[in-house]
Order: sequence, then C-alpha cells, then structure tokens
Amino acid sequence: MNNRQELNPMVRPDRPVVELWLMFFANKAAVLGLVLWLLVVFTAVFGLTIYTGDPFEMVGAPMTPPGAEFLLGTDYLGRDVLTGIIHGASITLAIGFSATICTVIIGVVIGVLAGYYGRWVDNLLMRVTEFFQVLPPMLFVMVLISLFTPSIYLIVLAIAVVSWTGMARLTRAEFLKIKELEYVTAERAMGARNASIMAKVILPNALPPLIVAVALNVGTAILFEAALSFLGLGDPNAYSWGYMIGSSREYIWDSWWTITFPGFAIFLTVLGVSLIGDGLNDALNPKLREL
Amino acid sequence: MKTILTGLNRTIYSLVLLLAVIVLNFILVHIAPGDAVTAMIGDMGGATPELIAKLRADYGLDRSLFTQLYTHIWKMMHGDLGTSFTHRVPVRDLILDHLPATILLVTTAFFLAIIIGTVLGIIAAQKPKSFVNHVVTVLSLSGFSAPIFWTGLMLLIAFAYLLPIFPAFGMSTPGFQGTTLEVMFDVLKHLVLPAVTLASVYIAVYSRLARASMLDVLGSDYIRTARSKGLSRRIVVYKHALKNGILPVVTMAGLQFSQLIAGAVVVETVYGWPGIGQLAFNAILRRDHPLLLGILFFSTLMVVIANLITDFSYRILDPRIK
Repeated sequence: MNNRQELNPMVRPDRPVVELWLMFFANKAAVLGLVLWLLVVFTAVFGLTIYTGDPFEMVGAPMTPPGAEFLLGTDYLGRDVLTGIIHGASITLAIGFSATICTVIIGVVIGVLAGYYGRWVDNLLMRVTEFFQVLPPMLFVMVLISLFTPSIYLIVLAIAVVSWTGMARLTRAEFLKIKELEYVTAERAMGARNASIMAKVILPNALPPLIVAVALNVGTAILFEAALSFLGLGDPNAYSWGYMIGSSREYIWDSWWTITFPGFAIFLTVLGVSLIGDGLNDALNPKLREL
Repeated sequence: MKTILTGLNRTIYSLVLLLAVIVLNFILVHIAPGDAVTAMIGDMGGATPELIAKLRADYGLDRSLFTQLYTHIWKMMHGDLGTSFTHRVPVRDLILDHLPATILLVTTAFFLAIIIGTVLGIIAAQKPKSFVNHVVTVLSLSGFSAPIFWTGLMLLIAFAYLLPIFPAFGMSTPGFQGTTLEVMFDVLKHLVLPAVTLASVYIAVYSRLARASMLDVLGSDYIRTARSKGLSRRIVVYKHALKNGILPVVTMAGLQFSQLIAGAVVVETVYGWPGIGQLAFNAILRRDHPLLLGILFFSTLMVVIANLITDFSYRILDPRIK
C-alpha cells in the first residue's frame, strides 16, 4: 500500500472508494458511459414533465417523417416517436434494474451457499446451475410467458430465471477462493457464525468482480426485455422501446425512423452500461488493465 | 481407455440433463392454469361435462400425477412429443421439418463468429496500441450493445432496401427453379443477412476474448523462445500462439450455444427464416403448448449435443486434459 502512495500522491489508499472513483474518472470511455446513463436516467425521471404527452395517443398524420412538427416523426398510427422514446426510458430502466436485482438475489444466494458449504451442497447446486444453462434462454422465457399470463412482474422474474447462472458461478468461484484465506480462518476460530462469516467477512471481499457482473447484467436484462417486447410478448400496457420497434416493423420500408430511433436508444443505453462495467472492471482490478 | 470412460460419463450426464428437462416441462404444464383439455375446449367453443370427462380420460389426465409423469417420460423416450393443437400433426414431425433451416443458420453463424472473432482478436493483440485495436474494441462493444433484432432490421434497410443486394425474407425465392447448384446459391443469398446478424453479437464477444487470450499467450516464455530461435512472426503467431490462444474461445463458444439458439429465435422472426424459432413464435401466439414444449426439448437436445462436441474438440485441442 505504501508503495502505491509513493507512486501516485493523488491517490489516498486509506480511502479505497476515492481511489476507485479517481481511476474510474481517468477512463474516458467509462465517463462517456456514465454520461450516457445520466442522460437516460434524466430522460426517465424528468422527460415527461418537460415534453408532455401520452405515447399511445395519435397526435399527427401517420408516418410523418422527422422534421419541424415532430422531431423524430410519427409512426403508422400517428403516434409521436419522441414521446414514445421518452416514455420508454422509464420502463426500460425499471425492468432493467428490477430484473437485475432478482438475478443478483438468486445468483448470489446460490453461489454463496455452493461456494461456502462445498461438498454435496455445492455438487447439487452446481448441477441445478448447469441444468439452467442448457435451456435456451429466449425459448424458456417464451414457454413461461405462454403458460402464465404476461405481466411486467412475470417478465422481470422470467428474465431473472434465465440470467442468474453466471452470477451464481462467479460468486461461487470467489467464495471458494476467499474462504481458504487466513482472515476467514481467524474469524472462524474466534467463534463467528457461518452466516456472519458469509455476509460480513467473505461477501464484501468478493464484491469487486460481482459489481462488474451486475453492471453487465443490467445491459443484458434491457436487451432481453427489448427482444420480448419486439416479439410482442411483453406487457401490452408498457410502451417500451422494443414494443415500438415490434409494432412498426411491418412499415419498415415506409417509415425507417420508427425503427431506427428506438433501437438507437436501446443501443446507447446498453452501450453506456457496458462502458461503465468496463471502467469499473479496470478500476477494481488494476492488474487486468493490460488485457 | 480413460478417454472413452470420460466420454461415456459425459454422455450419461447429458442424458440425465435431458431427463430433467422433460420433468421440468411436465411440472410447468401442471403448475400453469388450465390443462390441455381446457385449451382444446376453448378451441371448440365449449363442451358437455361428459365430453370433458371423456377427453380427460383419453389424454390420461384423470390418472395420478406420478403415472402421468411416467407415461410422459415413456412417450418422450420413444420420440412421441404429442400432437400440436393448431397444426393437428405430431409435434416431432413439425420440428423435424423446421430443424434443418435452424441448424443451417445457427452453424453458419457459429463458425462465422468464431473465425471472424478470432482473426480480429489476433490482429488487435499483435498491435495493442494500433488503430485496428481501437476498431476491434469499438466493434465488440457495439456488437454487444445493439439489440439483435435491431441489427437485423438495420441490415435489412441497408442491404435489402437502400442497396438491394440481398433478399429480405424467407429461405428461398418462391417458385425458384434451377439446378441444385443454383438452388443452393439461392439459399446462400438468403442466408447471408440472417447469419451475419446472428453472428454479430458473438463476433463481438469472441474478438474481445481472443484478443485478451492472445495477448496473454504472446507474452509467455515459450513464444519468446520460438521467436528467439529465429522463427518468423507469422509462424509463431499462427502455429504456436493460436493453438493456446483459441482455447478460451472454443470453451466460451460451446457454453454459449444455448444463447445462440435463443438468438436464432429472434433472428428467424426478423427474416422470416423458416426454422424452429419461427415455429416457436407462431406456437406462442396461438398458445400451442405441446409444440412449444417440444421445441424447448429439442433445442435443449441440440445444446447438449453441442456441449458434448465442444468437450471433445477441447480435448483434441488441449492434450493436457487427457
């Protein structure tokens, strides 16, 4: 630690969070990602108070090209594309975050139990994980949605059910590594309970790779929701970006803008979160930066 | 001998996985509200209680859950996946009709992704500070971030509308007549856009992976030794380094095969490619559960087979595993 302080006086190693942020902000790509995300969050929160309107409402002539009247044009029913994109931001974020939270809960709990207890618990849980890995995610979600009534909750849960395996494997690998370290043995010798060792000793030390995985997971969840809505399997009441593209795809030759702009919004949002993930990865694992 | 035993072990394990998928299918159908008979009656527009009871008996729905599960597994093992509600033909025949199209699409995309991804990764790894390296980074991030259906639609606008080079829909030109070679060329023309779309995501993933892994390998001692022996850079990179550098790509590609199939579902609906993804999409719109579950089972089977193949090719590439 002292060495590093001598190398870079800007960094105060006694405050790892400060160090993390300094490294993160030194990375131009990561900052760009953060800016993109702040833009999306801002749109989701304040967009509709600035640019009011109901996305389902027909406000102009069908398929008006982008121009002075409608900045991004209207779709085949005369619905304003810009209102739709602003409205879609909040739905995208809501689904992206809640699906990720569910994914993390399932994945971390399974990974912690498998990694910490080892032996038959590990064996059993890893077989379950492998089982979920061979199911093609999109098809499995389609089956779930067709068997039960589609709603925003089912979609969030379904995305989590097909996404948790990576998180579980990662958590397990970290736990397997960390539980053998001396400070864990010391903690155990002092009589700490299993639950407390797992939650207070090992988990905080396993966080760096998990945080990166969480960031990437938000991106995958958003893409997943977009694909479902595009196929028309999303919540019919949610005006999401995927829905906008899906509902206009038959008019692709007549109104390219109704497909291009919402897709670009998805692209930028996921790109933003990927860049943030990359930046966190570099900042949290400086050794890997050369890769 | 040991290889054969491990192979046998892997195969048995795969069969257990498939059995688990069958059981999962069964459980899902039973948790879901309504059963096959309810759905059929819905289709017919109502039925008398006697007819309902008779149908339930015909489909074995009046027996105990355990007997039903047993019969279900027995049937599946004999290749009986039930009958599609909407098409009124055996699910197995429907799937077998649509499977070749999906296999063609998925394997083409699979090899495209591995080859292009690896080549890009190698080029980027050789010159870490170069322009190519930045291009690979940007390309891989974009490929990962763009929704696959949108990539497909954008390619359609670009190469089927603005520059009409490729056909926009289906697997062959309707009513097309010609020699076998001409027919093959026709299918190939239809295949380009869907395969490139499906591969785009994975080109992104593999180029990144290949780059990282090649950087790692190129920095190792044995590469320095080979170079100092006076071997040319080309031979060292493509003969010595590539063999180790490609291992993570093969592993990842094998592990991601299930996602490739899932991606094919979306791509097939974009391009009207007549594979099982398209079939699944229509099945879900009409709530044809037997067909949908059959497709889930079949695609899992494909994933399991692909995993086995990956496992074996990994053994060939990396003799240490023996």
